[in-house]
Amino acid sequence: MTISRYQIRLERIHHASPARWTAVTVGSILLALITCGIVLLISGENPLTVYRAMLDGALGDKYAFSETLVKMTPLLLTGLAVAIAFRMQLWNIGAEGQLYLGAVAASGVALFVLPDASSWVLIPAMLIAGAIGGALWGAVPGVLRAKFNANETITTLMLNYVAILFTQYLVHGPWRDPQAFGFPGTAPFPDAAALPHYQTYRVHLGLVFGLVAAVMLMVVLRRTRFGYEIDVIGDNPRAARYAGMRTTRMIIIVLAISGALAGIAGMSEVAGIGHSLQRSISPGYGYTAIIVAWLARLNPIAIIAVSFLMSVILVGSDQLQTAIGLPGSVGPMLQGAILFFLLAGEFLTNFRVHIQRVAVEAELVHG
Amino acid sequence: MDSVWSINFLVAVLAAAIPAGTAILFACLGELLSERSGVLNLGVEGMMLMGALAGVAFTIWSGNAWVGILGAILAGAAMASLHAVVTVGLRANQVVSGLALTLLGTGLSAFLGRNLVGKPLPDKFGDISIPILGDIPKIGEILFQQSALVYLSFVVAPIMWWFVFRTQAGLHLRSIGENPAAADAMGVPVNWLRFLYVIIGGGFAGLGGAVISLSTNPGWTEGMTAGRGWIAVALVIFAGWNPLWAVGGAYLFGGVQAGQFQLQTVGVGISPFFLNMLPYLFTILVLVIASGDQARKRIGAPAALGRPFIREER
Amino acid sequence: MIEGAAAVESPRNPVAIELTDVTKRFGPVVANQDITFDARYGEVHALIGENGAGKSTLMSIVAGLYRPDSGRLRINGQQVHFKSPRDAIERGIGMVYQHFMLVETMTVAENLLIGMPQQGVSLKTDAAAAAVRNLSSRFGLDVDPDAYIWQLSVGEQQRVEIIRLLFRGAKILVLDEPTAVLTPAEAAGLIKTARAMAAEGYCVIFISHKLDEVLRVADRITVLRRGQTVGTVAPGQVDRRSLARMMVGREMAAPPVDRPAPGTETALAVRNLCVISDRGLHVVNDLSLEVRNGEIFGIAGVAGNGQREFAEAVTGLRSIVSGEIEVSGRDLTGSSAAAIAAAGVAHIPEDRLATGLAGGIDVETNATLRHYRNAPLSKGPVLMRKAMGAFADRLIAEHDVKTPSRRARVRQLSGGNQQKLIIARELAGCPAVIIASSPTRGVDIGATEAIHHLLRSHRDRGAAIVLISEDLDELRSLSDRIGVLVRGRIIDTIPVEQASNERLSMLMAGIGPDYVAASLHAAPVESIAVDD
Repeated sequence: MTISRYQIRLERIHHASPARWTAVTVGSILLALITCGIVLLISGENPLTVYRAMLDGALGDKYAFSETLVKMTPLLLTGLAVAIAFRMQLWNIGAEGQLYLGAVAASGVALFVLPDASSWVLIPAMLIAGAIGGALWGAVPGVLRAKFNANETITTLMLNYVAILFTQYLVHGPWRDPQAFGFPGTAPFPDAAALPHYQTYRVHLGLVFGLVAAVMLMVVLRRTRFGYEIDVIGDNPRAARYAGMRTTRMIIIVLAISGALAGIAGMSEVAGIGHSLQRSISPGYGYTAIIVAWLARLNPIAIIAVSFLMSVILVGSDQLQTAIGLPGSVGPMLQGAILFFLLAGEFLTNFRVHIQRVAVEAELVHG
Repeated sequence: MDSVWSINFLVAVLAAAIPAGTAILFACLGELLSERSGVLNLGVEGMMLMGALAGVAFTIWSGNAWVGILGAILAGAAMASLHAVVTVGLRANQVVSGLALTLLGTGLSAFLGRNLVGKPLPDKFGDISIPILGDIPKIGEILFQQSALVYLSFVVAPIMWWFVFRTQAGLHLRSIGENPAAADAMGVPVNWLRFLYVIIGGGFAGLGGAVISLSTNPGWTEGMTAGRGWIAVALVIFAGWNPLWAVGGAYLFGGVQAGQFQLQTVGVGISPFFLNMLPYLFTILVLVIASGDQARKRIGAPAALGRPFIREER
Repeated sequence: MIEGAAAVESPRNPVAIELTDVTKRFGPVVANQDITFDARYGEVHALIGENGAGKSTLMSIVAGLYRPDSGRLRINGQQVHFKSPRDAIERGIGMVYQHFMLVETMTVAENLLIGMPQQGVSLKTDAAAAAVRNLSSRFGLDVDPDAYIWQLSVGEQQRVEIIRLLFRGAKILVLDEPTAVLTPAEAAGLIKTARAMAAEGYCVIFISHKLDEVLRVADRITVLRRGQTVGTVAPGQVDRRSLARMMVGREMAAPPVDRPAPGTETALAVRNLCVISDRGLHVVNDLSLEVRNGEIFGIAGVAGNGQREFAEAVTGLRSIVSGEIEVSGRDLTGSSAAAIAAAGVAHIPEDRLATGLAGGIDVETNATLRHYRNAPLSKGPVLMRKAMGAFADRLIAEHDVKTPSRRARVRQLSGGNQQKLIIARELAGCPAVIIASSPTRGVDIGATEAIHHLLRSHRDRGAAIVLISEDLDELRSLSDRIGVLVRGRIIDTIPVEQASNERLSMLMAGIGPDYVAASLHAAPVESIAVDD
């Protein structure tokens, strides 16, 4: 007697074609738009109106476009930061904290170390300080992972809050502006500390930092020994050691570089936008960066495009408040949905599902 | 004014630490179950927020805070089921999925709750003094003059400890988190159980959120969990994945938050910011210790935490 | 049946397992051919044979992991078709594998209860502990039921595995090379346990290489060779030498091949090397050897005697406790992997995907893994992509590595092609010393031939090659001298002309070199090659 039974078997796909995963990426964005649209509908809003208002708010006029570029800058830099770490299978969730530390370091230079320097000295100094501040904040989890095998997902996460609290401490305490009545924040930076911006718009040099960093990262990853080692260590640390690569050193270096990029993002925020250090300088860029990096499949050039897209969503949803009276939470909702659908869709790019019919001989056991 | 070291001060701090820690405790216990099964869920903050919102919404709708609790648990579980489907069913990256969940929960709760901000609650969980026990000097004030939700946590934590370490089901839970291949070979349905525990964990997170919105700060405000979800995640590590230690840790972390207020009233000048850093720094310290070879076996993470189980790749 | 081995009478006990004409193929390889075999309750039945003889495959069929292509399997007299290991477990068959399925952070008693049907809510560790103590005392399997698995030695963990099988009702136990991981004292204890279980009526199947153990533990011994049964004998009828001969057949020493004489300089010298394994045991124990230029030094030995750790130590992947390593006269003791590679030592690792290749990355990157630091593949920190591409293409073409392109992921390649890639990569640049561990494992005939040819040609140009292999034929066909590795030490080194399979088998089984030499002299060695 033969019985049929269905069996599901998973086969890992080694190399999904670009067509396959482009379809998945685009599909997930579409599905996210539809799902959030349904939520909007249920809440009594017209999704098309909402989306149109978002696009308008982000790209409708030159000013809006500039604002989109403004928000894109930190997303681009932190996206790159996250991507370089993720490429080596180092789960840096701490870009947010590294951004804050970079901002703190840059602010320190602007306010106390070189307050009277000219722009030509001060801005590079702030840039270096921001990079070092972020690098330190990335290197600490790097050392903990390299020497003690402490999971970097948790250590970087915890250090986020330490960094934010430290910033708040400075801003409420020793660095507080004595002349600001009741508002926590440092004194405004010297004029020389402001990043040049384009005409009267708010978009500033930080965007250039980001674009340059993206190109540099691409070159480093593709064309240097360093990038080569990142690829190999990320795929198989054992084979990397067999090939003579110094994996422990690389862990620390890569996390430091990752932190440095996020630190530059922090520097660019305080030098380009805030012109002082406040208790909150980021609405979660470091976390959004993870979405950016993941959506861009860790490719630096794609990160440019994706950070722009995410910024459109962010800025667009911020504008909803003024435009049609909706809270700005539509943005995070949409971003979360996109990421979710992407994760679900990745299943299709990672595995091929075989549903097989298995003919099975049923045994007459007693006989 | 009482001095810092007077008994009254200590009692006041401890009495405040317990309700402050209860929300964290529930969320932590839920995450503990999920992580014990091998699944890391970084979406606790989002689940707590959805639970807090659902708690308020259901309470307003029904007029009864216990219905609110039920709604909160369901909301948290529903959110967690997304995580479960994506990470256990579709083998996606657990870290990224959890973060997406937090983002989704933050945005969704803010959006859905926009009309509920500041609305008064028809019913909430106030402090109930237990007869006789509540009158014990000092101890009574600390332990037995709390809300019903706190009493619930007093019961849930030890039961969970017993469940994890003293029952067959708990044995299976631990086995799928430590060595899913071995558990699978012995006939334990690894992925089904992981699904289950992730969803249960979400329910607990939702409950934790409701503790805040129906008891600690009654009412709904956007982002009202203020990072407590992350403290709950940290607490799981700090507690060595043990429900009883989680109780102590929750009150410690809660006490840090509650205590700074008290400290300020007695004029002690430790910056509240540094106090607030302590839970995170302690967690890093514990993690480093618990990652050492010997320690890992006793208080460390479940060995298979974070890795999807695929039988063909065993 | 081979002549000279008298058939032993089957005992009267009931039959536990009966295999009739069982055949199993993996692609072109016939692992088991028309095997007929029975094992009974109340006996310890040993199954011996060389690597690749088909023992593990046969027992995997019995354990439900594989389905036979043809033939019948009967358990307790009833014909069965196993769909999965669970079916076999239900029939009372328990197999102890080389990888233990135990949860480290739980106690012995708790491990027993995993997967057991619910008996009430609370955990019945007391009942489990009592069962452990009971089984311990009955069969000499001493282990503390309240100990955590991570606290136990390998030998104790193995006892837990056996106890767990018995606890779950296994009546037929299959032990696959159980003494490979045990100290001599523990091995003696296991033999006592096996006999005790047989005495109580269990059926114990004991797969092993080690002839003296087999003679001590078994009631009957079945010999497999190249996938077929050679015969079944009783211990009283045979000695180690005749068993060895049954295992390998009457193959003679390979006729000496014309080969250039090795040089006189020592390329690789290892002195008194001591290395610790991952588990903390002295797995390489005072090992010394010397390899000259233009020589292939084969290392024969049963897996687990320190081969892997030796290869890792010599190539800088594992730290050394004591001893010296010299390459071309330079002291490289304690050097890093990169430094040793730069000194001209190539390493073909034992497990290609775990150690030698980055599976998820393209062929080109993998092809350049050894030389990417050097010109012309890179100039300073910058990679010369064109040169790398050309280099990879050349390797692929010269060594016939079949791949869709050099951008294909290495995991997509077949095992043989992956191995060819590693070898091509390591041997490019004409290294002075080559450490080759099981270079043709899992590789088809054609690729194997090509690899052998490659190794010979490098030997001819003057490289010193250490060839570690479990395939005695391969060793004899390639090596100039063969050292036998037993328990971390080379116990004897013999020129290939004197290395008959028989002699090697006996040495590998741990029989002392003097006894081996003496017993071989007792019978004349024929100079006619016997066809098998």
